[in-house]
Amino acid sequence: MRAAPGYVRRFSRTERTLHWVNAAGFFVLLASGLVLYLPALSAQVGRRPLVKDIHFWAGIGWICALVLVALLGDRGGLLRTAKELDRFDREDVAWLRLRRPAPQGRFNAGQKVNASLTAAFFVLFAVSGLLLWLGERDTRFRFASTVVLHDGLLYASLALLVGHLYLAVIHPATRHALRGMVVGTVREDWASEHHPRWSPPAE
Amino acid sequence: MADVHTHDAEEPRRFGRGVFLATVLGGVSSLVWGKGVWGHVSSALGGAEAFVPLVPTKGWRIYTVASSMPTFDPATWKLGVGGLVEQPLSLDYGALKALPRASQVSTFHCVTGWTVDGVHWRGVRIKDLLAQAKPKPAAHALQFVSAEKPYVDYLTLQQAMLGDVMLAYEMDGQPLPREHGAPLRLVIPDMYGYKNVKWVEQVNLVPKAGEGYWELLGYDRDAWVGRSNGYSS
Repeated sequence: MRAAPGYVRRFSRTERTLHWVNAAGFFVLLASGLVLYLPALSAQVGRRPLVKDIHFWAGIGWICALVLVALLGDRGGLLRTAKELDRFDREDVAWLRLRRPAPQGRFNAGQKVNASLTAAFFVLFAVSGLLLWLGERDTRFRFASTVVLHDGLLYASLALLVGHLYLAVIHPATRHALRGMVVGTVREDWASEHHPRWSPPAE
Repeated sequence: MADVHTHDAEEPRRFGRGVFLATVLGGVSSLVWGKGVWGHVSSALGGAEAFVPLVPTKGWRIYTVASSMPTFDPATWKLGVGGLVEQPLSLDYGALKALPRASQVSTFHCVTGWTVDGVHWRGVRIKDLLAQAKPKPAAHALQFVSAEKPYVDYLTLQQAMLGDVMLAYEMDGQPLPREHGAPLRLVIPDMYGYKNVKWVEQVNLVPKAGEGYWELLGYDRDAWVGRSNGYSS
């Protein structure tokens, strides 16, 4: 699909699907996890064995869905994006040091850090969650700190999420980016103001 | 070698994977140091986290196994004491509270790794409960039956007579809250939480300790803190 005049394509369909599958999985796990974690909610909802099953299988579903999207979607495109997110040039470092102006590419350095942390939290959530599940069944997988890690990740990822939602939905200068993640395209003038070193591929 | 200068101004650095790997490694290594560090942090906070809405108060988590949590009605509630006893008992809430009172401050350890320090308990020592029921010589263990079906667990008489074992009906100066087992729960601080049966409604004297709810799922019968269930400290 071509971008409308005045708009440029920022996110492919695969990237957007990956983002929204990740977001949906996170919120299902957050809701069921909070019922398991917060005493007030645990007491109110009850049915802990059921909520535990929902939480566990939603987690497995989340992992499988993300892997499927990556495998069935535009793998090459995802790989190129991953490389983009990996690389920090001089302007990115300046941006992180709050030295302005530091003209940014398709992703600014904050978005790159956010992507790395989100991926790392995903891995750690999965590992600690599996250890909690296995540890209930076999003492070899039981560590006294697993629950501390899983809970700590909750707080860390909530902090990241709050910042992400603020920039994507509320902050006037950046919230146009949400359009890119919903329909794929952003305004050309917005892109050249916020991401001046990004040259969108011609369509 | 020219490579020495690879990270000059024009060459992008691979910080993304660095952030990712450092975070994953830090997180995985916290399986070793996490609990110790968190213990220091939470004691430095000095209970300040209790004022943050919704955060688990003092670190408690509420674990249950049935689809609904038992409710307590003081008008109809009874504690039965039976099995190998001369005198089976059926105590209502008033009769329970008329028994000699004991109080203690102890630490509560969950087998999943969380710990709550300085819990104030008030309740009845097992010996004071058994004084009326008079166990028969063949009785060597106690079965604690929860109103949350099918939860049961056992202690040997010897374990139940440890100085800080009690059936508690007050916690931190308040009647035991519903989610902590109202109106009565077993407290044995030397053993992990799953032995501290909540919603106790029946105590039976039995010849020997059997397998409780979690023991049937592979947990240790003698759940000593720090030396059971795969832990050694």
